[in-house]
Parts: sequence; structure tokens; C-alpha cells
Amino acid sequence: MPGVHWNRIKQKRKISFQRKIQFISAAVFNGYGAGFVKGKIYTGGSKAVCVPLLNCYSCPGALGACPVGSLQTALGARHHFPFYVLGTMMLFGILLGRLICGLLCPFGLVQDLMHKIPVPKWSVPKKIDRPMRYLKYVVLLSTVILLPALVVTKTGITPPYFCKYICPAGTLGGGIPQMIANPALRNLAGMLFSWKVLVLLLILLLSMFIHRPFCRYLCPLGAFYALFNRFAFYQMSLNERKCTGCKKCERSCPMAVEITREINSSECIRCGKCKAVCPEGAISLGFLLKNSKPYGDYRAYGTRSRRR
Amino acid sequence: MERIKSGKMINVVRSVVLVMSVLLIGTGVMNQEHTEVLQKAVKICLECIGIG
Repeated sequence: MPGVHWNRIKQKRKISFQRKIQFISAAVFNGYGAGFVKGKIYTGGSKAVCVPLLNCYSCPGALGACPVGSLQTALGARHHFPFYVLGTMMLFGILLGRLICGLLCPFGLVQDLMHKIPVPKWSVPKKIDRPMRYLKYVVLLSTVILLPALVVTKTGITPPYFCKYICPAGTLGGGIPQMIANPALRNLAGMLFSWKVLVLLLILLLSMFIHRPFCRYLCPLGAFYALFNRFAFYQMSLNERKCTGCKKCERSCPMAVEITREINSSECIRCGKCKAVCPEGAISLGFLLKNSKPYGDYRAYGTRSRRR
Repeated sequence: MERIKSGKMINVVRSVVLVMSVLLIGTGVMNQEHTEVLQKAVKICLECIGIG
């Protein structure tokens, strides 16, 4: 029947809540459309405000300041304790945790879309995956905090090492659009730009095979928010009475979180995929959940008999 | 660790971090740090876009 067929097509094309929010967020935080045409960046007062996500302030559309870039500037160029930037990052972290990574970050959206490309998907072995996840904390501590704060250059201004050598979001959102729109900048591009494009391409390529490799292993902002994920006001909860231990949630989790063991893991990006697939409706997300536990519920299932 | 698992302790941690973050932002604004952020953000960051 044509109607049934059409319904199936419509169902397949349905855009998830997460994807809608991701697109809206990318458009809102990069809402200065004229910048893309003119090759200029927005210079209004809203750029004094740090946005919660990794969004380069040199992106032609950016309406706010990147917290990671601002943190490096405060430490490396101004050499003072970054009260304002750190306070802003902590506020976002304690309110939302890594919900920002899952729903708001434009580079997360880019990685999600790359992962949609139909190629064989890789499951990273735990032996490699677990230690690699600590790499993002090393990136945060070294390139964002210690190097800008401690390295002294002749000019007295320490470069933002993460932005300069790693940040793929800056290359994609700032570097490439600026190069396209500004012939003068194009002439200045050299080895450093080639290196940054190479890093970006590698991450995009990996994203096709592994879900969100940058968020898992490299993102310093994700690492910072991960510190707050267990205690943030926005939490997840697993109802142990409803959970049957089928582990459908764990198989669907893009960040490979052991949901039945540790639902509020620092690696969880709150994308809500586990909630969507749970046949028992045992998972809930929201602010100030009554029964949420920071280290998850280790007795989520299979131990009800032990409790009795 | 057991103490931190309890709901009350979590609420205390949350509240302390929330108050601390607001105080830090307030201190930063009083030190005019937001204008430093603005000054950096309204110019094209050559390092960020890969020119150096």
C-alpha cells in the first residue's frame, strides 16, 4: 500500500530530538550570517560572554567567546587567575555537565553526522579505550592550563597551544571559512594551517568508524565538564525495579558507557539514546532527579533478590 | 566515598560549586575580565585559524 510505504519513509527520515537541538544550537551560537559572506567576525558586546561549548571566536558567525580559547588567553597573555572564564565554565558544568557535549556542541554534531556515513564501525577494545580516555585530561592540563600559565616567551604572550596545534573545531569553524572568504589570509597560510587541516581530517575520518573520537579522547572542554557530570544538576537515573538487565541501553550508547553499572559516568554525554531504546522505561533524565546517584546504581539489576 | 554518595552530600557539593562559580564570575566582572575576553574575541585569532 502506498500509504504504508510513505509512512515508512517518513519514519526513517524522522529527525531525533537530539539532532534538532544540535542544529538549533549550532545556528544560534553562530548566528552572525553576514560574517560568512563578508569574511569578517562579529564584534558586538555579546562576545564578552563565554558560550558553554567549543565554538571558535574566529568563526565568522560566532556570537560569543570560546571558553577554552578565553582560558588560555587569560593564563597566557594576561597572566592572571581567570576568575571570570573559570567561573563561567564551572557554572555551565554544574548546571548541565556533559549535556553540553551531547546536545549543544557543534563539533559534536559534525562527528555525529560523520558517523552516519555507512562504513564498518569499530568497537575500540576496552584495554585501549579506557586509558585513552584519560588523554583529554592530559590535553586540558597541559595545553590549556600549564603551558599557557608557565611558559614564558620573549613577547610575554604565550600562544594558546590547544587552539594553535590541536583544535579541529577552530579549523573547521574559523580557519577554513576565513581562508575561503579572505584572500589576504589565504596567502599567509603555511605549514601550521596544513597541520591543523591534517588533524581535522584525521578526526573526521576517525569519526566515520568510531563514535565521537574527539569527545572521547581529546576534547579539553569535555574533560572539564566530565569532572562535574556526576554532581551536575542535570542527571540521569535508572529505576532498578523496572530494569531487567537486557543491556539494550549499553549496546546503543555512543560513548560506550556501562549504563547499568554507572549511569552518571563522567563519559556520558546525555544524548538520551539509552532512554529511547529502553523497553521498560527504566531510564529518566532531568534536573534534580530524586533517585539519581553520582556513581550510578551498582545494584541496578540482578541484585534485587540479594536485597530482600 | 560513602559520604559523597549520599544525596545530602551531593546537594551540598552542588550548592557549593554553584555559589563558587557565581562568586568567581562576580569577581571576574569586577576585575573587568569580561572586557579582556571581548578584546580577544573581536579580533581574528591567527593561532586559532592556523596562521600562527
